[in-house]
Amino acid sequence: MAVTPTHKAGRRLGRATRRRAVEAVVRTLIYAAGLLSIVILAAIAIFLVVEARQSIGEIGLDKMLSGTQWFPTGTPKLFGFLPLIVGTLAVTGVAVVVFVPIGIGASVFISEFSAGWFKEGMKSVIEFMAAVPSVVYGFLGVAVVIPWVKATFSLTSGMTALTGGLVLGIMSLPTVISISEDALHAVPDALRQGSLALGNTRWQTVYKVVVPSASSGIFAGVMLGLGRAIGETMAVLMLTGNAAVMPTSVFESVRTMTGTIAAEMGEVVYGGQHYSVLFSVGLVLFAITFLINLAADLVLERQRKRWRR
Amino acid sequence: MVMSAAFEEIAMDTPAGAEVQSRARTIGADAVSGSFALSDVSVAYGNETVLAGVNMLVPSRSVTALIGPSGCGKSTLLRCLNRMNDEIGRVRVGGTITLDGQDIYEKTLDPVDLRMRVGQVFQRPNPFPMSLYDNVAFGPRTQGIRKRGELDAIVEEALTDAALWGEVKKHLKKHAFELSGGQQQRLCIARALATKPEVLLMDEPASALDPISTQQIEDTIAELKDMVTIVIVTHNMQQAARISDQTAFMLRESMDEPAHLVEMGETKRMFTNPDDKRTESYITGRFG
Repeated sequence: MAVTPTHKAGRRLGRATRRRAVEAVVRTLIYAAGLLSIVILAAIAIFLVVEARQSIGEIGLDKMLSGTQWFPTGTPKLFGFLPLIVGTLAVTGVAVVVFVPIGIGASVFISEFSAGWFKEGMKSVIEFMAAVPSVVYGFLGVAVVIPWVKATFSLTSGMTALTGGLVLGIMSLPTVISISEDALHAVPDALRQGSLALGNTRWQTVYKVVVPSASSGIFAGVMLGLGRAIGETMAVLMLTGNAAVMPTSVFESVRTMTGTIAAEMGEVVYGGQHYSVLFSVGLVLFAITFLINLAADLVLERQRKRWRR
Repeated sequence: MVMSAAFEEIAMDTPAGAEVQSRARTIGADAVSGSFALSDVSVAYGNETVLAGVNMLVPSRSVTALIGPSGCGKSTLLRCLNRMNDEIGRVRVGGTITLDGQDIYEKTLDPVDLRMRVGQVFQRPNPFPMSLYDNVAFGPRTQGIRKRGELDAIVEEALTDAALWGEVKKHLKKHAFELSGGQQQRLCIARALATKPEVLLMDEPASALDPISTQQIEDTIAELKDMVTIVIVTHNMQQAARISDQTAFMLRESMDEPAHLVEMGETKRMFTNPDDKRTESYITGRFG
């Protein structure tokens, strides 16, 4: 009689200890997983800086950023990033012109003017678009867009910033659409009802109430699409012709930062100056995409807070 | 409220649809605008008829309360009056509803125009995410009013009518979400009034608010009934007794049959001496 309670209490204590131990292990694992992504991000940044240090020391970051000529194998060797940065901006600019109107239009259509199986079907198609490898989009560009651009604008070559930008714009659509659609979906129905009850048509309701209410989320979607467009490598490598000269219009061949790194990394001397310069290019690219993603995240977070009432 | 007494008699003996129509037309000729006549109104969601056989007269410039237990079709009936049911798919409305003698379900009538005349205030305050001023000016702007001076005047008038002007006149640029729940609801009333509607529909406008805000909304309603016809759905019977001129009691007795109007009449009589046993049981709190 006297033994049993102590025995039971002992067992209960053992179970509690074990439960606490399991919890500690699980918590550690989850923390580690969370920390790992931060560690990897930091490691990438550090690694880029370390490898780029040589070129920054020998040439100077300011000189590389302001240089207008990219001629890494000439004498003297010229490592001006501007043609690459301008090339990236030209391609991305075209992509933005493509994905902003189409992306917002499509998300509004899916969220506000479609329903049932059609809506679900559209969303699945958009998700599938995101899963197609970029090289496949490159093929599409080579087979369809290059000849089209060449013929339409009577150019000698269809490999232009425009070509790359058009395909990049299409590639960025899934990101823009799915994030914008989420933002539109999050707008409370009460607002739509309120607007309709005031004698607005459905279309007026959409552009006067729903889209403005979701504007920060739509903006975040556009920013993430932008990040995707800037960082894309394979399709632009296949489509822009890769001439590393300062373009004067989107109808000229350009070379992007990503394309430069991908094309030249295989041919440089490991640990040499050119090698290090390419890491500097990567560092600039990393900084740009990091800032864009950060901005988009901050905006998204603000929107989430707004509806938490 | 001379008019309402005349209507009340008609509503009490729940006449056949055709008769209601003809009498409404007679009355409608000399009545101030904003009176509804419903005859044999029914609502079906898909194949299920949820509401049937509603005959009702809503006199202008008065407060009509719709009461009844949850699921009795009060809100559904309310949404028929500004055709907000159209916005939900697969809803069919049968029977005839006229506003000042005009059939509001006529094919030639655009629900958008109807909603300019029949405003609505919802259960939960739903201000738009913009400034107070832009919220109130929203409807007038839709109507094409662009002049600053004109809009200023409308905004002030609507906020005054909604008993909010004093509190917010110095903060018109503030974001609507910065207001308290009660203030937001009065903002929504002002927003609905700004389009100068003839009728204001209110779907449990105070149910999400604290007692003081509820009191303010009720005071506002009392002030407004000289300007607009008010139809209010409420779960709160004391509220119906306090603010309404006539009360309609609705009931859905089982899931197998649609909800219907049990009786309608002058509020004072409905709460003291109802004709129907079921009304009495509901009002005295025996069910619902």
